Amino acid sequence: MENLDQLVQDGLAAVESADSLQALDQIRVEYLGKKGVITQQAKTLGKLSAEERPAAGQKINEAKGQVEQAINARRTDLERAAIEQKLASESIDVTLPGRGQDLGGLHPVTRTLQRIEQFFSRAGYTVEQGPEIEDDYHNFEALNIPGHHPARAMHDTFYFNPGTLLRTHTSPVQIRTMEDGKPPFRMICPGRVYRCDSDMTHTPMFHQVEGLLVEKDVSFADLKSTVEEFLRVFFERDLEVRFRPSYFPFTEPSAEVDIEWGREEDGSIKWLEVMGCGMVHPKVFEHCGIDAEEYRGFAFGLGVERLAMLRYGVNDLRMFFENDLRFLRQFR
Amino acid sequence: MKFSEQWLREWVNPANDTQALMDQITMAGLEVDGFEPVAGKFSGIVVGEVVSVSPHPDADKLRVCQVTDGAQTVQVVCGAPNVRDGLKVPFAVVGAVLPGDFKIKKAKLRGQPSEGMLCSESELGLSDSHDGLMELPDNAPVGQELSEFLKLNDVTIDVDLTPNRSDCLSIKGIAREVGVLNSLVVEGPEILPVEAMHSEVPAITVKDPEGCPRYLGRILRNVDLSIESPLWMQEKLRRSGIRSIDAAVDVTNYVMLELGQPLHAFDREEIEGGIVVRRATQGEKLVLLDGQEVELTPDTLVIADHAKPIAIAGVMGGEHSGVSERTRDLILEAAYFDPITLAGKARHYGLHTDASHRFERGVDYELARDAMERATALLMSIVGGEPGDIVEVVSKQDLPEDRTVDLRETRVADVLGLEIDRTTVEEILTRLGLHIDKLLKDGWRVHVPSFRPDISIEEDLIEEIGRIYGYNNLPVTEPTGSLGLRPQEEAVRPVSAIQNYFVACGYQEAITYSFVDPKVQGLVDPEREGIALANPISSDLSVMRTSLWSGLLKTVAYNQNRQQPRIRLFETGLRFIKDGDHIDQQPMLSGVVAGGQLPENWANGRRSADFFDVKGELEGLFQLLGIEVQFLASQHPALHPGQTAELIRDGEHVGWLGTLHPQVQKKLELNGTILMFELFLNSIVSGYVPNFKDISKFPEVRRDLAIIIGSDVGFADVERVAKKHAGEHLTALRAFDVYQGESLGEGNRSLALSLFWQHPERTLNEEEVHSLFNGVIDALREELGATLRS
Repeated sequence: MENLDQLVQDGLAAVESADSLQALDQIRVEYLGKKGVITQQAKTLGKLSAEERPAAGQKINEAKGQVEQAINARRTDLERAAIEQKLASESIDVTLPGRGQDLGGLHPVTRTLQRIEQFFSRAGYTVEQGPEIEDDYHNFEALNIPGHHPARAMHDTFYFNPGTLLRTHTSPVQIRTMEDGKPPFRMICPGRVYRCDSDMTHTPMFHQVEGLLVEKDVSFADLKSTVEEFLRVFFERDLEVRFRPSYFPFTEPSAEVDIEWGREEDGSIKWLEVMGCGMVHPKVFEHCGIDAEEYRGFAFGLGVERLAMLRYGVNDLRMFFENDLRFLRQFR
Repeated sequence: MKFSEQWLREWVNPANDTQALMDQITMAGLEVDGFEPVAGKFSGIVVGEVVSVSPHPDADKLRVCQVTDGAQTVQVVCGAPNVRDGLKVPFAVVGAVLPGDFKIKKAKLRGQPSEGMLCSESELGLSDSHDGLMELPDNAPVGQELSEFLKLNDVTIDVDLTPNRSDCLSIKGIAREVGVLNSLVVEGPEILPVEAMHSEVPAITVKDPEGCPRYLGRILRNVDLSIESPLWMQEKLRRSGIRSIDAAVDVTNYVMLELGQPLHAFDREEIEGGIVVRRATQGEKLVLLDGQEVELTPDTLVIADHAKPIAIAGVMGGEHSGVSERTRDLILEAAYFDPITLAGKARHYGLHTDASHRFERGVDYELARDAMERATALLMSIVGGEPGDIVEVVSKQDLPEDRTVDLRETRVADVLGLEIDRTTVEEILTRLGLHIDKLLKDGWRVHVPSFRPDISIEEDLIEEIGRIYGYNNLPVTEPTGSLGLRPQEEAVRPVSAIQNYFVACGYQEAITYSFVDPKVQGLVDPEREGIALANPISSDLSVMRTSLWSGLLKTVAYNQNRQQPRIRLFETGLRFIKDGDHIDQQPMLSGVVAGGQLPENWANGRRSADFFDVKGELEGLFQLLGIEVQFLASQHPALHPGQTAELIRDGEHVGWLGTLHPQVQKKLELNGTILMFELFLNSIVSGYVPNFKDISKFPEVRRDLAIIIGSDVGFADVERVAKKHAGEHLTALRAFDVYQGESLGEGNRSLALSLFWQHPERTLNEEEVHSLFNGVIDALREELGATLRS
């Protein structure tokens, strides 16, 4: 039986030095297989007496167990090492950039328009579209700007012929909407408008959003809240807003809207004009067949590029239409 | 309109400072555009008198002068041609500081000591005039500070008046507003009729009373126009942005600025017969005061004599009949011209004058006589002369109607959102010069004065009340009305969803001008003519786009020229096509792709985008929209003849996809392959609302085949034939390989297809799949000449 102890010692040493799963399996066969050297020890039991046999058998089993345990432990180790090695070989440089498409982006004017539309959609306004080549009637006459009106000089109009022009504002869409429907109305009309003017601060095409609300009981005070809320939501700031009397042929009373935009040297508010607005002029209602005694309305208009410039700090209006990718990519 | 603050304060002098005054009128609707001090910043300049002048011993152009400031006399070397004995001039003594921080020190000029400097207007920041020294009047008190003598503590205020406020185109009008805002009485100079000194009157015939309802003329004899207008008048004019010309012109300008009535002075000697107000006849010519000769059109109202036109009414006088230094007798004109008759006339002749600006907007139609009296008195005080009686030709029926407007108290409250008490309303109206004719049950009957042509309806009065009450003092309330809910169409996708899709595909949105270069458009869309603008801003922005490609391709060029090789752009917007009398304005969705399909990096490679990249992106869009669109091989003049697809939905043309024609690309100087698409937005935005179908629990069967087929047979044909014969349970058909090679024989290619079948209620058996599969193979052979590839 000294032999058995020696066999166990040899076996444990062999397990310890096995450097692969394959080698380990050979050791298992060598020691514990059917013809394994420890298994073979059982054959010696026959030579022993019935009294000696159980103890000797137990000893053999213990020896088997000892080696088997060592093999299992070694196998776990070797398996773990193999997995670790495989994982190590599979590692990648996660700092390299990813594969595939870059994101594009919306034009800053569209981005601004979408924010404006979102605000007014939530307030129940519909978004209306209209033609950009307009007739004189919808662009001027119906808006209380007859042919001789000095306000026409303020609209440097692109003409195709004396009665056909590129709309100078999106207000004609209000007329078309009122002509086609019945009050009440809550609508905005965003879109391209055109003026025959091109310099540092003017482009011959730009974007406007006009809004119109017509109801039985609406006042200048309601207009004030709508405009103020819009501006505060748009700029995400609780800014000061003031209404300054002005003149538009299609609204009365009319106002220009200034917002607080920094401070003067003496600490007083620096005002910046951002919008025009007013109560719908009775003449406009008359042109659209709406009874101005029954309904009242307010309208407002804003320049989209101007708001985009203020919002994003763009300092040159003309960049909006150069479509330089290095400019456009800044707004994605 | 520019005016001097000091002049305004002669009429009404509120206790607020300049800034507060400007803020106040801005908030009343007279927007101050800017202001400027009337002189540069200087100190140490006094009224000096030149005592003697002698030549400079060593310089021809310099003179050595003795100048006194009242206390002492010093030597000053001066180069101005108009320096002379006894002249009173602005004198910068040693220690003075001129505008631009220029300090006056003792100096030597060509060896002669000089202690101080005599100044010109430009050196003091008073004007741009370099015509020698500024000459002060003989009665200027020697030694007095110049700024005190000239009252230079003044600013020029520039008000940007809205076109309705013609009543504020004068000191009198602005003073009226300031009076209302500060509850102050406004006082101008007293105007009294001038007594006639002779019985000569001009003969005046008004042939067009509609265009000229009122015309006043007066003869002023024996004036001396060699006398300059006084400094105070020149200064007021200068501070209001008007240059002094001569006394006659200065006085008419002065009265126009003061009261708002444009006036004109003719040289009586140049007028044949008498004055006739009429329309011009075709081909009549007139040389205007500015020297230009114009050919008059028959719709132009003119002032004429019995032989020829002498002025464009309300715009500008003629050169010939204008006054000069030699003029002895004047005919003064003050008229009311109808704004509609005058509208656009000045512009037609390329003119814009102070007079036309006022007449087009409406002058006070009762003002002419007062203005005439005022001008006569001023002229007499300067250039002497003997006035005759005023001749007035008036057509009452053609003058604006005397207006009354009823104002309801309830309407004021309804429109402004605030009940304003009656006394406040009455006070505002009265102070504005509106007369309350009568108290009504619910309000007032208001008489509108002749100086407010802009007021004719109730809203006009409500605006006045709101304006003076202060818009910012009105309440802020939420609109209360509610609207019925609107339908929300699920099958119609908003344009923003499409825009966002392209953004996710790596496209940058562009916004290009709707008018384009006709040369570029001719290349992109040669078969259609763009609608041309009558007054384009430039020739390269002169026709309306018939396709968005013109603008997008120009944008590609712009960016390629700025080292941007990889360009993916899309745009939405209208395109314009003339269709008989009708103009078709269709919203389009267009895109261009140039350069690499993916941004260049270690993993993406450098492959250029090709037709199928963009087609795949469009297919993705159509899936998003829930629509089926076919791509058919076609031809387009701007596109590569072998790489053009026409897009068809339900038999209707919805757009194009293709590669830019290499010749067009060359002409536009663009680099690389360029893919382009253009779709009719309205034809693709309506899809469907999903409708659930049961998912089959039974296995799907796949069969692959490879065929050799003529290269001219499209995949779409193969797909159509295969689907027709594959039975109702075919769920998908895909091409998984396309191969073209010599081994297949010329004009052939190989297509590898997978077909998928699935039955909703049972497992398909081998025989039926086999039979369907063979049926497809047979059909491809028989209908398209395909052979199975072994």
